[in-house]
Amino acid sequence: MKSVTLEVNGKKVTKTIEDHLLLSSFIREQLNLTGTHVGCDTSQCGACVVHVDGKSVKSCTLLAADIDGSAVTTIEGLSTNGELHPMQAAFKKHHGLQCGFCTPGMIMSSVDLLNNNKNPSDAEIREWLEGNICRCTGYQNIVAAVKEAAQNS
Amino acid sequence: MKSFNYHSASTVAEATGLASKASAYLSGGMTMIPSMKMRLASYKDVIDVKKIKQLHGIKVSSKSVTIGAATKHAEVAQSKEIKKAIPALCTLAGKIGDAQVRNRGTLGGSIANNDPTACYPSACLALNAIIHTSERKIEAAKFFTGMFETALKKGELIVAVEFSIPEKSSYVKFPNPASRYAMVGVFVAKHKAGVQVAVTGAKAGIYREKAIEQALDKNFSEKALDNIIIDSSDLNSDIHASADYRASLIISSAKQAVAHCK
Repeated sequence: MKSVTLEVNGKKVTKTIEDHLLLSSFIREQLNLTGTHVGCDTSQCGACVVHVDGKSVKSCTLLAADIDGSAVTTIEGLSTNGELHPMQAAFKKHHGLQCGFCTPGMIMSSVDLLNNNKNPSDAEIREWLEGNICRCTGYQNIVAAVKEAAQNS
Repeated sequence: MKSFNYHSASTVAEATGLASKASAYLSGGMTMIPSMKMRLASYKDVIDVKKIKQLHGIKVSSKSVTIGAATKHAEVAQSKEIKKAIPALCTLAGKIGDAQVRNRGTLGGSIANNDPTACYPSACLALNAIIHTSERKIEAAKFFTGMFETALKKGELIVAVEFSIPEKSSYVKFPNPASRYAMVGVFVAKHKAGVQVAVTGAKAGIYREKAIEQALDKNFSEKALDNIIIDSSDLNSDIHASADYRASLIISSAKQAVAHCK
């Protein structure tokens, strides 16, 4: 067992966890933040993407013990005072989702894209989202949402 | 995933001191963690090496680029110093996996795993890399010994990789659309002493394609490869691509690499 301290969505949490606990399980089962989804559980689909120290990562392929002391942002940490983050608002406006399962990961990944590239082209958005798989609606509206969020932020 | 004891080492000596027959080093974990989750691998001790300072840093000299083993793919892809010296290395690192994999996966982890479809081994072979470990220096040509196998001894830790700077080089990958691993990847490097062409994804392990090297040594142009025929008898053949298709991809990728060499 290990004692791990993380700053999750701005709040410090300390928990004693099993050494092999995955970050996705830590977030969902220990903190009850179930907005982070586990889709494939084999690091392909990207539903579990969160930010660790500002960079997007797949939380199903990361040990919680490995990131002791880090800051984690999940989908629940994006909005401020009940106002949607510009990326969330753009996904809502452009209907960049159908069932919504992949959406938390899509949004967390897209926010990281704009942190790296303020004005991405369609091709750059599609390339960046290679690690996020949507099996309902396709990517057209997702790309439109990311483009609008880029213009609004 | 079976349980294990997680250790975070802060020095090379601490990491190697913790190593045993039942341990493994953890770097980015992009292959190791999925392997453990699928119970293809299990260890008593997992020794995290990412916090070892000696495993970080990029040094560029007039002859070589030395990259710490725990340097992430995203860091290599974005490094201005590497881009000046060997731009093909940045291209290669920027095409590995996806953005999230590049934010975690490391150079040392990639070559220690020696996946037959991984990108970095091709750069090591084409750029005469020297693998610096906790015990010795190993030439790339002697490092990659077989599918998922290397010359590393139990407990030996990769500290850095030193790539020699060529006159020009280029890496072209034809990725599997689902996994983004190379169906075929070709690294072309034009050194003063001759051209070296390493191919990944096509055989059981990384190798140098001598027929292409000889043709490019005589005439470094796409045209020089027009009449080259790759022997497909020991190339991989699977649901993604037949051996003949891979042979054709090797030539077309090599041509593209020559055209984009810088």
